[in-house]
Amino acid sequence: MSTRMFGAPVKRNADSKFLKGEGAFVDDIPLPGVKHAAFVRSPFARAHIKSIDTSAAAAHPGVLAVYTCDNIGPLDIEMPLLIPHESMTDARTQRPLARNDVYYVGQTVAMVVAVDRYVAEDAALLIEVDYEPLDVELDLEAAVRDGAPLVHATHPNNVAADFNQICGDPSAGYAEAEHVTRIQIQVDRSTSAAMECRAVAARFDPITGELIVWDTTQAPISVRGGLASILQLDEDKVRVVAPDVGGGFGQKVLLFYPDELLVPYAAMQLGSPVKYIEDRRENFIGSSQERTQIHMIQLHAKKNGEVVALKDFFLHDTGAFIPYGIAVAQVASTSIAGPYRIPNIEVRFQAVYTPTVPVTPYRGCGRPQSCFAIERAMDQLAEDLGLDRFEVRRRNLITENQFPYVREGLLFADGLRVSLDSGQYHKALDMVHDSIGADDFPAQQEAARAEGKYLGLGLAYYVEGTGLGPYEGGHIKIHPITGKVYVNTGLSGQGQGHETVFAQIVADQLGVAVEDVILTEGDTGAYDWGVATFASRAAVVSGNAIYKTARIVRGQTITAAANMLEADPEQIELRDGAAWIIGGNRNVPLAAVATATNPLRYAFNDAAQAATQFAPASRHDGPPLDEGQHPGLEATDYYSPECATWAYGVHGAIVEVDPDTCSVKIRKYVCIHDCGNMINPVIVDGQVMGGLAQGFGGALMERIEYDADGNPTNANFVDFLIPYATEIPDVDIQHLETPSPLNPLGVKGVGEAGCIAVGATVASGVADALSSLGGHKFHHTPITPSMIFDAINPS
Amino acid sequence: MNRIAGNTAEQSADPTQLTRMTVNGETVEREVSVRMLLSDFLRHELGLTGTHVGCEHGVCGACTVMINGRSGRSCLTFAVQADGADIRTIESVADENGDLHTLQEAFRDCHALQCGYCTPGMIMNILSHLEADDEIDLSDEGIRELLSGNLCRCTGYANIIKAVRQAADTGNWNRT
Ligand code: FES
Ligand code: FES
Repeated sequence: MSTRMFGAPVKRNADSKFLKGEGAFVDDIPLPGVKHAAFVRSPFARAHIKSIDTSAAAAHPGVLAVYTCDNIGPLDIEMPLLIPHESMTDARTQRPLARNDVYYVGQTVAMVVAVDRYVAEDAALLIEVDYEPLDVELDLEAAVRDGAPLVHATHPNNVAADFNQICGDPSAGYAEAEHVTRIQIQVDRSTSAAMECRAVAARFDPITGELIVWDTTQAPISVRGGLASILQLDEDKVRVVAPDVGGGFGQKVLLFYPDELLVPYAAMQLGSPVKYIEDRRENFIGSSQERTQIHMIQLHAKKNGEVVALKDFFLHDTGAFIPYGIAVAQVASTSIAGPYRIPNIEVRFQAVYTPTVPVTPYRGCGRPQSCFAIERAMDQLAEDLGLDRFEVRRRNLITENQFPYVREGLLFADGLRVSLDSGQYHKALDMVHDSIGADDFPAQQEAARAEGKYLGLGLAYYVEGTGLGPYEGGHIKIHPITGKVYVNTGLSGQGQGHETVFAQIVADQLGVAVEDVILTEGDTGAYDWGVATFASRAAVVSGNAIYKTARIVRGQTITAAANMLEADPEQIELRDGAAWIIGGNRNVPLAAVATATNPLRYAFNDAAQAATQFAPASRHDGPPLDEGQHPGLEATDYYSPECATWAYGVHGAIVEVDPDTCSVKIRKYVCIHDCGNMINPVIVDGQVMGGLAQGFGGALMERIEYDADGNPTNANFVDFLIPYATEIPDVDIQHLETPSPLNPLGVKGVGEAGCIAVGATVASGVADALSSLGGHKFHHTPITPSMIFDAINPS
Repeated sequence: MNRIAGNTAEQSADPTQLTRMTVNGETVEREVSVRMLLSDFLRHELGLTGTHVGCEHGVCGACTVMINGRSGRSCLTFAVQADGADIRTIESVADENGDLHTLQEAFRDCHALQCGYCTPGMIMNILSHLEADDEIDLSDEGIRELLSGNLCRCTGYANIIKAVRQAADTGNWNRT
């Protein structure tokens, strides 16, 4: 392997099994005798439970057990608050099964376990729950007013958290300003909508006392810790496996969903495997969502467009509970100044309880909202001051010699300071300017208008803090029989290609083929230190941990091979699965090196013969293993970032709005993107394109709707629209590669990048297209046909 | 734990019906509950778990299989409705040695899958078109139209479009 694999467009190791239908998703795992769970869910957004009658369900043929809050022992608790923060008091989290009260339509009230899912659902319908419905307020702005119905009596004005952050000296900035731009923006609620809904299966082995849980989670190690703690089991007796998972996008990082506790509990109780496979409606009414925020943002600027202070206040809808703390709002607030210098910032938010599905991160996690706020405000500032939209940004972008650019006073979601580490912000802006054809556009726009067509140019810039700590680890072992390299890490994958990009990193260090590096992730039985897959952190945190580990194993391999080949370590190179003397033909395969480093008593093959304690090659003075040595070629190491690394990008679009159908067509879309060094450009493009598609959905189609009583009204794929191939335009994706100075590989995260700026870009384009028809600003996404209709028919 | 097992019926009391069909060339015969979906039948009775379920209301296309040579939603079909039918699932697409079919190869070449959950349904849908006699419009728009019954939340479709074009161009299709 003399060609470097890092940076190469290597095909993915995992694809064949998926293409042949041989993936192993939770519901594919054969569990003989498995029983099936179904839930009774609240039909009210807020109600007291007066009584529950389970007798008919329990007597139904084929039913094994019916659970309510009264017979779930240690699970009748408020589930953990995952990320505590000083801005919250008495943060409310959900109980696995409701006790006394329900707080949103879809909240779990009872669980039935039966011989199959059909019977379990029949029986769930037989459970009678007597509810006393209570008043609700669904409107976010109304919910914080005095007198609004409360979700939790403990929280006046429904405020779950109130947090203010200051960077620089905002008052001085306000005083210095010659102009203030003020706008209000809103982004509506959406959902991850991974194609595989959530699923949990569990089996308890009474002989070994081991509980195995298969879970679509993005955080198997954390689920293991929580399960062990709540069920009072030894951590080593709980194994959590996230097998193949059909997309995550954040929804699957939350723990615990009720089923993640109740299914293992039932499996232990009933002595038989149990599984729960969420259906699509349940995914809409029971699994986390995100996005709704209303920002009131002000840019205080000089006449030349230089922004000297930013003030933002926003309401963040956290749904009925706040299990993930303020993470989403905190990411939004610390990203609010985007790629701009803006030295003085005052940003405050209130997280607000609403009687709806709880809110936790969905791909983007607050970034699309803050990007929408600052970028729509930048467009407005340009208009207010009579400046070009590119120019006003150019005048405020951080320049290359200003990195690292620290926003003192702002703490990111990892509790660490915001320090933008590197980038070529001006160059990226110039690239999008040229690629979208900005110079020629005004003439085109005018010509189109003459023909009754409405073209607009959209523009939005974003930054993305990625690669959050606290840490990840990697374990690498070269297998003594096959010479294949086994890599374990604590993350889990949902289709990002970890198995390939991590293999590329290792292949370069050990001189083996990418296909010969085999990654195991998402299994606490294989590796049980780590955090989770979220916040675009896998490549950065696990990638660097695996790189560091591979360096250690490389050192071990070279030392041992030099010994075997009787050469100096400097004379050894690793390639083609062997250690070679540089420039010569003498080599020893890695399998043999791995075997020879393990002092053996029994010889089972040729390489082993050479390694037995009786073989001349291993005869030396002293014990076969020196003090402090271990057998084999194997190591474990960790990487813990000092702070997040910041990727960024800028999007440009030419859109056409049809005033008759009120529809938007994307004529051209350019995405300039920089995530530092790219491990695999094809996989990076795939991540960016997938994010863009979710961005288009959010910009034009996706909105979770509730009626005034809190009933979800589009909880299915017929009414909640996510884009098919026919709704996604071609996108010209271009990269810059500015290495991050913060980690050895120079990488930044990419998972969330694509989706962040699409809403702002499309809104910017639509507003520009319709600027001659009433000048509506489109400060609200998704932009629906009725919004466009209202904009061009003001009455 | 440690309790005497209850006297629970191990099966549901649903009425069943003897159902026979051909699945991937083999004849199968089973007593099935009259309300069992074809998707559940394939996945849980026959163990052909390559057919996935993404919505169970006919929108996502993850459950697409070939029913008598045309693509169809196995989540909108009862198993008993498929009595006498010829069903093909993703498990039949690669050859006996496990070597990928031209279309599968094209997906791999073009990075047309990420999590792989939508993939079997996509493949079965595309394959039904490639193998059928109808003209296929290989313009971007034409391919997008062809894919418009299958949702993918991961890829943004661009690479799937490339893969369809590559497969259509390179495949040796038995088309008349
Ligand atoms: S599962 Fe059949 S169309 Fe979605
Ligand atoms: S690859 Fe994940 S849904 Fe298509």
